[in-house]
Amino acid sequence: MRYIRPLSIEDAVGTLASSARTAAILAGGSDLLVRMKGGFVEPDLIVDIKAVPGLGDVQETAEGFRIGAAVPSAVLGENTALKKAWPGVVEAARLIGSKQVQGRCTIVGNLCNASPAADSVPAMVAAGAKAVIVGPSGRRTIPVETVPAGPGRTTLAKGEIIEAILLDKRPPHAGDAYLRFIPRTEMDIAVVSAGVNLTLDEKGAVKTARVALGAAAPTVLLVEEAAEVLVGSKLDEATLERLAKVCSGACRPIDDKRGTIEFRRKVAGVLARRAAVTAYQRAGGK
Amino acid sequence: MAGVAVSTTINGDSVEYLCQPDETLLEVLRDRLGLTGAKEGCGTGDCGACSVILDGRLVCSCLVLGAEAEGRQVETVEGMAHGEQLHPLQQKFLEHAALQCGICTPGFLIAAKDLLAKNPSPTEEEIRFGLAGNLCRCTGYDKIVRAVQDAANMMRGA
Repeated sequence: MRYIRPLSIEDAVGTLASSARTAAILAGGSDLLVRMKGGFVEPDLIVDIKAVPGLGDVQETAEGFRIGAAVPSAVLGENTALKKAWPGVVEAARLIGSKQVQGRCTIVGNLCNASPAADSVPAMVAAGAKAVIVGPSGRRTIPVETVPAGPGRTTLAKGEIIEAILLDKRPPHAGDAYLRFIPRTEMDIAVVSAGVNLTLDEKGAVKTARVALGAAAPTVLLVEEAAEVLVGSKLDEATLERLAKVCSGACRPIDDKRGTIEFRRKVAGVLARRAAVTAYQRAGGK
Repeated sequence: MAGVAVSTTINGDSVEYLCQPDETLLEVLRDRLGLTGAKEGCGTGDCGACSVILDGRLVCSCLVLGAEAEGRQVETVEGMAHGEQLHPLQQKFLEHAALQCGICTPGFLIAAKDLLAKNPSPTEEEIRFGLAGNLCRCTGYDKIVRAVQDAANMMRGA
């Protein structure tokens, strides 16, 4: 096995693309090192991307925020502007692991590990986040929801690296929220989860909505029908009931030790409803 | 496997070592440098017994490669006391009997040091949340929480 620390993204991509054997990208290592230790992966090459300039930064731009692939969750939690604009994304990123893990884990790693239960992913999808991908044939920007292909699999091609996550600048009257169910108070993996992102009009009615569910299918679910239910409403009781029903219906969960299909369906609806209420309040709705 | 040459700073001292690319920082500290304070509990980032501070961030050294320490600052439990003078946290852990078998203790001390550096007057709840990444199977945590509260008071000069 070899360990390299490239100083440019082009070097990193070039090395990954030309590597004949199994290569792994290392940012926070909180998934990779556990999988190596467990014997689930034995990479011949580890490409540590933390020395690539810019990958460790959160930049506030004219378009919004650019979060580098190597930024740990703890740093997101310390960024006041980001927390104010996208509290749901930050609260989701802050639910991953312990304080020790927070000092290392990244939302890009969470996305590329491709667990259906990844906490930051439904929040990013609800937020309409985009992934900037660099590969042998250049750069492309794609919606976050098109990255996971199934448990443990992504749509990234050989040699491709996600360089950053982009979040839009917020209009007035906007809010997002993320909730997950776990049987304890912290440090656990989501049984099921929901992210909701809303913008409101001047009168407090929902103008745009995005609703995403986690651990409810092999990949994150963007539930467009749920968004349609919310648009135009002020989240009255009947709307929230319909939202919960649509979200429960959209789930394609599995039975496992964390929860049954029936439980996941029911709780997905409950969480979507509660997350919608929080997002609405954060957007200034009453 | 070719060795990786690493220059780093551990507890303020410049240190150089050669390690294997798949060797963790925990293995380097314990097996190459003789710094056996950090312990391997789970080896998968769940128990916190291997906690160290890396460039001001609390991390599990079992989830860091030794090669990653290049050019960075590492703080371990060995750096807490000054000669015979114990760190207030160490002193208070003794006074409150906040340990039994002692395996988790270096991790708790480092995690508590990091907690108090960022929040000198934590509430009990903040201490319990702040130390949630460290597992202890002996004490039931209460004595640890009391020791950290007492050390915080002492460090603030209260």
